[in-house]
Amino acid sequence: MRYGYPAIATAITALLALLVSAISPDPAFSTHFAIIAAVLLLGSALLLRQINFGSAPVPAESGYMDGVIRYGVIATMFWAIVGLLVGVVIASELAWPILNIPPWFNFGRLRPVHTSAVIFAFGGNALICTSFYVVQRTTRARLFGGILPWFVFWGYQLFIVMAATGYLLGITEGREYAEPEWYTDIWLTIVWVSYLVVFLGTLVKRKEPHIYVANWFYLSFIVTVAMLHLVNNISLPVSWLGAKSYSAFSGVQDALVQWWYGHNAVGFFLTAGFLGMMYYFVPKQANRPVYSYRLSIVHFWSLIFMYIWAGPHHLHYTALPDWAQTLGMVFSVMLWMPSWGGMINGLMTLSGAWDKLRTDPILRMFVMSLAFYGMSTFEGPVMSIKSVNALSHYTDWTIGHVHSGALGWVGMVSFGALYHLTPKLWARERLYSLRLVNWHFWLATLGIVVYAAVMWVSGVMQGLMWREYDSNGFLIYSFAETVAAMHPYYVMRMLGGLLYLIGALIMAYNLFRTIRGDLRQEIPMGAEAPVAQPA
Amino acid sequence: MSQEKEPFAFHSKIERNVTLLLVLSLVVVTIGGIVEVAPLFWLQNTIEKVQGMRPYTPLELAGRDIYVREGCYLCHSQMIRPFRDEVERYGHYSLAAESMFDHPFQWGSKRTGPDLARVGARYSNDWHVEHLKDPRSLVPESVMPPYAFLAETDLNFKDIAAHLKANADVGVPYTPEMIASAEADLRAQATPDADTAGLLKHYPKTAAGDFDGNPQRITEMDALVAYLQMLGTLVDFSAYQPQDNER
Repeated sequence: MRYGYPAIATAITALLALLVSAISPDPAFSTHFAIIAAVLLLGSALLLRQINFGSAPVPAESGYMDGVIRYGVIATMFWAIVGLLVGVVIASELAWPILNIPPWFNFGRLRPVHTSAVIFAFGGNALICTSFYVVQRTTRARLFGGILPWFVFWGYQLFIVMAATGYLLGITEGREYAEPEWYTDIWLTIVWVSYLVVFLGTLVKRKEPHIYVANWFYLSFIVTVAMLHLVNNISLPVSWLGAKSYSAFSGVQDALVQWWYGHNAVGFFLTAGFLGMMYYFVPKQANRPVYSYRLSIVHFWSLIFMYIWAGPHHLHYTALPDWAQTLGMVFSVMLWMPSWGGMINGLMTLSGAWDKLRTDPILRMFVMSLAFYGMSTFEGPVMSIKSVNALSHYTDWTIGHVHSGALGWVGMVSFGALYHLTPKLWARERLYSLRLVNWHFWLATLGIVVYAAVMWVSGVMQGLMWREYDSNGFLIYSFAETVAAMHPYYVMRMLGGLLYLIGALIMAYNLFRTIRGDLRQEIPMGAEAPVAQPA
Repeated sequence: MSQEKEPFAFHSKIERNVTLLLVLSLVVVTIGGIVEVAPLFWLQNTIEKVQGMRPYTPLELAGRDIYVREGCYLCHSQMIRPFRDEVERYGHYSLAAESMFDHPFQWGSKRTGPDLARVGARYSNDWHVEHLKDPRSLVPESVMPPYAFLAETDLNFKDIAAHLKANADVGVPYTPEMIASAEADLRAQATPDADTAGLLKHYPKTAAGDFDGNPQRITEMDALVAYLQMLGTLVDFSAYQPQDNER
């Protein structure tokens, strides 16, 4: 019984969770632990049965630890669809409020499910599985820690389930992008430290003298997220058998700690980590070396140094002292340069390989991703300027900005990485279909363009309506009128998200067929272009 | 070109040494937080001097927990910026002092609905209850989810003293006496014609009575409406001097 000890440990944890559920006086906490116990029991049953998915032969071990990465690829794909689906649902709730189902599926409880599923479940799994892949290939060492990488993987999935089910039950700290309550935070801390140990341990036993640039970014992402998570979540539980806790900070200090965290969740989770991904997969897919070694050094250190300062731009013109706002704005504007350093380094890697864009839709995805990265890291500094922020803050413009980064940059680079990884990890000749990748590419691109453009228009319109005066000096619009004006944009935004979701479903099908070992008979990409005939 | 003349030769030391890379990258990311966030905890002028701020009553605190639980902050800000249109629409711009007892802060980042920093005492209790039960019956354009279940759910307040205690432990000035009488104060605020002398002694300027239109029960609706009705009503702006609080 290969998985004997983990199965027993999981079963014992499940029983402990059940016990906590039974003795807790807090109904929400009790229900939450009953759910956790059920999930853990299911997990131990699966471990005992060692269910083998799929009939295709499992490839031989390459000396690298790839099993956990294969699971990571499937989890990334799964959570992408969950996160995008919930996004479409809550976008629909804003367009047609009748769709709210109180209490569990009201917008206020589902919205953190969407953000956490996309950022932490989809993004987090993409980062964990690609970092495990990249660190092994670039150090020529097997993952450190024996069974620890498996613990990181499954522990992280448990964290996601705990967070998401908690939100639906109304268990939240009320801090954007850090909603999980204290016990879920403690669990994540354990998992995250294990992740750091696996990553660092693998770097320590590397067989290459140099640590490759992708690993600098991954390492900085892991370490910084640990710091942000620990500080931002300092809180005091009302009872050790209850869900509710109160933040250690209050008011203005709490606001700045939260946005110091919040903005660097963007900076390190969604940027540094994914730059690590970019630095491995773009050169691999293009089969070219990274454009500039010096540029990677300069932009790595300046990026991680400056990002940390940018948080206060989420609090312009609030009760945060002016000096902090100004400092935040100055660093946010400067941040434009290191961000574009990364984009330039990625795009210029394609020098001499641009022709591949005609035949390789995966490379096309990476390029589109970098283009969106460049665009949103230009838009971000613009929006952080106080006079622009006066208009954009509190409006849908911010939502549009976030989604051009999340769907465009994070989504596209992850999809590209999944397409690159799947045939390699399952030892398939190639993907099931490159034509389907092309469909995915265009659906996703169209979806983002629709989504972002609609949110820009509606956001600017909203901001202008709020501040519009008539010639007598009276405000023209009541708030309710500005809400009514949003309706057509909310419908179009939902459709943009739907296009993106359909693209992801096509990816899931394509990867599923690839894993099964199928190859679609199709005309190769680029072959339909008119071929020059000899005279 | 020899190694010595390479402008980034020093970097090969860093990228050959895991410990060095780890420590340096950690140091680099801590600087911003130390310079920018930490001073807020000791600069005296971060929070303005105002009159009238008091901790939440037990009922308001319970209501605030429901506000957090339902994710109201995802669509409603509680932070009025000092612009002409915002001040005319919502009232005096928000001060840091007004959220100094807020664990966590609920300033919000999005206004799908209007700002609520000063919604207190603007509408009647009946309006709030009806609006929470069926938002579109009062505001046809609204996209807010319905919260009728709050009126049907009894408020669970048997551990309310523990909630006050936890707040006191993170810095809210609840006295031992206030903690001891938390449950009594909660009942006094939510029950019509109750003896509110103790409640008002602990929490001046507190509106008491039945909030949800059903005097028989203390529901989650009572708590949430009590919280909404106090928002932005505490600070005495006739005594507030902006020029004394330049930051």
